[in-house]
Amino acid sequence: MTVTRRSFLIGLNLAVGGLALGIYPRDALAAEPAGLSPNVFVRIAPDGVVTIVCHRSEMGQGVRSSLPALIAAELGASLDRVVVEQALGDAKYGDQNTDGSSSVRERIDDLRRAGAAARQMLITAAAKQWKVKPATCAAAGHQVVHAASARALDFGDLVAAARKLAVPKPESLELRPMAELRAVLHPTLPLLDGPAFVEGKAQFGADVSLPGMLIAVIARPPVVGGTVAKYDADAALKIPGVRHVIAMPEPVAPWLFKPWGGIAVVAENTWAAMRGRAALDLSWNDGDNAGYDSAAFDDEMLASVRAPGTTRRQVGDVDAAMTAAARIVEAEYLVPHLAHLSMEPPTALVAIDGDQVEVWAPTQNPQGARGEVARTLGVAEDNVTVHVTLLGGGFGRKSKPDFVAEAAFLARETGAPVRVQWTREDDVRHGYYNAVSAQRLRAGLDADGKVTAWHHRTAFTPIGSTFDGVSDEPGDGDLQQGVLDLALDVPNVRAESCKARAQVRVGWYRSVYNIFHAFSVGSFIDELAAERKVDPRDMWLEIIGPAREVSLQELGIAKLGNYGHTLDDHPVDAGRLRNVIERVTASAKWDERAASGRFLGLAAHRSFVAYTAVVISVVADPVRTFRIDEAWISMDAGTIVNEERVHSQLEGGLIMGISNALYGGVTMKQGRTVQSNFRDARIARIRDAPRRIHTDLVASDALAAGVGEPPVPPVGPALANALFALTGKRLRAIPLAKALGI
Amino acid sequence: MKIRVNGTERTLDVDPEMPLLWAIRDVLGLTGTKYGCGEALCGACSVHLDGHVVRSCVTPVRRAEGKRVTTIEGLSAAGDHPLQRAWLELRVPQCGFCQAGQLMTAAALLEATPAPTDDEIDASMAGNLCRCGTYPRIRAAIKRAAGIKGDEP
Repeated sequence: MTVTRRSFLIGLNLAVGGLALGIYPRDALAAEPAGLSPNVFVRIAPDGVVTIVCHRSEMGQGVRSSLPALIAAELGASLDRVVVEQALGDAKYGDQNTDGSSSVRERIDDLRRAGAAARQMLITAAAKQWKVKPATCAAAGHQVVHAASARALDFGDLVAAARKLAVPKPESLELRPMAELRAVLHPTLPLLDGPAFVEGKAQFGADVSLPGMLIAVIARPPVVGGTVAKYDADAALKIPGVRHVIAMPEPVAPWLFKPWGGIAVVAENTWAAMRGRAALDLSWNDGDNAGYDSAAFDDEMLASVRAPGTTRRQVGDVDAAMTAAARIVEAEYLVPHLAHLSMEPPTALVAIDGDQVEVWAPTQNPQGARGEVARTLGVAEDNVTVHVTLLGGGFGRKSKPDFVAEAAFLARETGAPVRVQWTREDDVRHGYYNAVSAQRLRAGLDADGKVTAWHHRTAFTPIGSTFDGVSDEPGDGDLQQGVLDLALDVPNVRAESCKARAQVRVGWYRSVYNIFHAFSVGSFIDELAAERKVDPRDMWLEIIGPAREVSLQELGIAKLGNYGHTLDDHPVDAGRLRNVIERVTASAKWDERAASGRFLGLAAHRSFVAYTAVVISVVADPVRTFRIDEAWISMDAGTIVNEERVHSQLEGGLIMGISNALYGGVTMKQGRTVQSNFRDARIARIRDAPRRIHTDLVASDALAAGVGEPPVPPVGPALANALFALTGKRLRAIPLAKALGI
Repeated sequence: MKIRVNGTERTLDVDPEMPLLWAIRDVLGLTGTKYGCGEALCGACSVHLDGHVVRSCVTPVRRAEGKRVTTIEGLSAAGDHPLQRAWLELRVPQCGFCQAGQLMTAAALLEATPAPTDDEIDASMAGNLCRCGTYPRIRAAIKRAAGIKGDEP
């Protein structure tokens, strides 16, 4: 549908049915000169309607319900009088990058204070009018109430007086007890965009159109950094509907978020643009990365982890302990590049009017998109307006605004609004893949089988390479993801990083490096259990050791990135990791598995300062070797805001973990991505999903941790361990489907 | 050519080889039907052609000439198809992008098989991908819409 810019915003912000938070047909952009707006997140109109700004991007995690409902709960507003407005990209909101499982983890207190500031002003206004002490008043149900005198005033009736008051300082604000918020937020918040989703009315990136808009499809160089040798523009222009054939700027390392290069075909509709691209008859100069070959690179990484690397974590003397060990267990693991494959391929619309640039994009990172568009066009960021549509999945791909920059370039070149549409093949072949990795783990065991030495070498292509063009070894922030923050009750520990040189664009992918660190460590602990002939759960608990907060000294490191948190706020807590293991195995009836003839696999992992454990049950299947019939997942993520959506993240993370482990990965040959579409870039289908999933959240008052990513890492090793239980075969390379022949 | 879309006759002046998907989205402006792969591998573009599910991304628009096309916008008059209701009650969608295709495929399944088993659901829904991993709730919601009591999450 063609929409005006203003009605688009309303369409996005106000969902359709009565189930939604915001049901008021109000122009969200309208100025409210008589309203109360103590900060950038909250506005209260004289009629009492509360507009709450969601500054993060909705990509399935439920953030458009969670964050506004949290602010509303702190304020004391009724959700049926709240309108949710999606923020433009603007630094005034603080960090908007919806990445790193950070929306609640990092912003919960800011957002609560935004609601509390408005509440305090309304209460002060009411108390003045009633000549009572503010402390004797409360805000609830969209009213300020003075219980002692049984008086109450609607928020709307207090706006005129409250807006004359000074906005309270953040440190002076009193936040409600979390239990009080929980009573409002749990168990089930409205699914803001649910009705629009099931009626086909929700607006994703490709659903916005402007008068005169053209669609662009780009033929990109198959090898990163390659350039166009020749192409036939005339052939493309002969296709009816094709308007322009435009050479994109040639890519120059480092890749950052710059357009990838190639030739754009710009047409009146998507089909014409696709046909035009097919007619280009292109040939390429492949450039420096044409030698990238996954099979050879696996060997290169294995050679890298078979030689000493840079010591990053050290306790005791691993070499001496290995020499003294009664036996040594050793294993190597390989995990390929993973492609995001969000169901909505990247797309972005840019319109330029004089010196003003307007963007509509399914971006996780509207400020980043704003900056990249400004850089591409050579304009000031203030001249760029970024509207965030709904995202048809993100998983980290859409935190990179390269596709938005492409649209900006083409809008300028054509003088028309241009929407760039990535095809699925483009998405598979030109992503920012998760790092490819080799891991080598060795353990020294004494005569009693006790692990006395732990030696971990990790090699992976760090994301830093995308930004500096040279990084081939991880930073400490990278190794916090399952190497440095791993609780080990082992007297001699050494972790080393080894070199791996990136030859593609590497970027964040849901849970990032945790995927291969959890896969290798989680598989290796199971291998130790098999070697020792002990119960894998007992092995996990023995390796982690007793419940305790593990100090830097015990970890054998000088500092820990810890996802931006202090260890006081978020310690490395072995007790919480043990607890989720004990809960998940109890729920899965782990101890009865032999008696009940079940084949279960267990793994656990700390990431984004949350603790997650998974048990997977597999059964033999005559056709497909095996199928996953049941799964259990327990998570301790501290304080939870939107409990029901966190359960859905546990379900979804579990299934994405199955996708990663079973089918995951793209491979490279002659610098080109071998896979092209869902037939070979496979993800889980419905038959791969367990028939029963049991999700379990630890009730906790601890500080909020991440929830979107932590469910993913332990799934791969739990599945590999379950398959070992079923088949006796140890699978150390992802995709597992390859070895299984399925 | 003339096609009947959601009960309304529409006239299209397009390349007859244009996939129905792009005619629906780019020409008719009905954006509920999604592009996900272009090769009938993901099901995001599923619509009904004379009541049968087709992947509109590989269906030339000429095949719809003189036929009835139903998109997600026409699945029910008021968004109250039993599947749409079950989808909301069980809160199936995460990002929501694939759900129109899931619903259209599920609606055709229930037309043909009013009380499907888990295996029948898995077989019918095999062509519809969901990257968020809503499959367990999709199964449960189909059963709820079919009036099957059982092990809902």
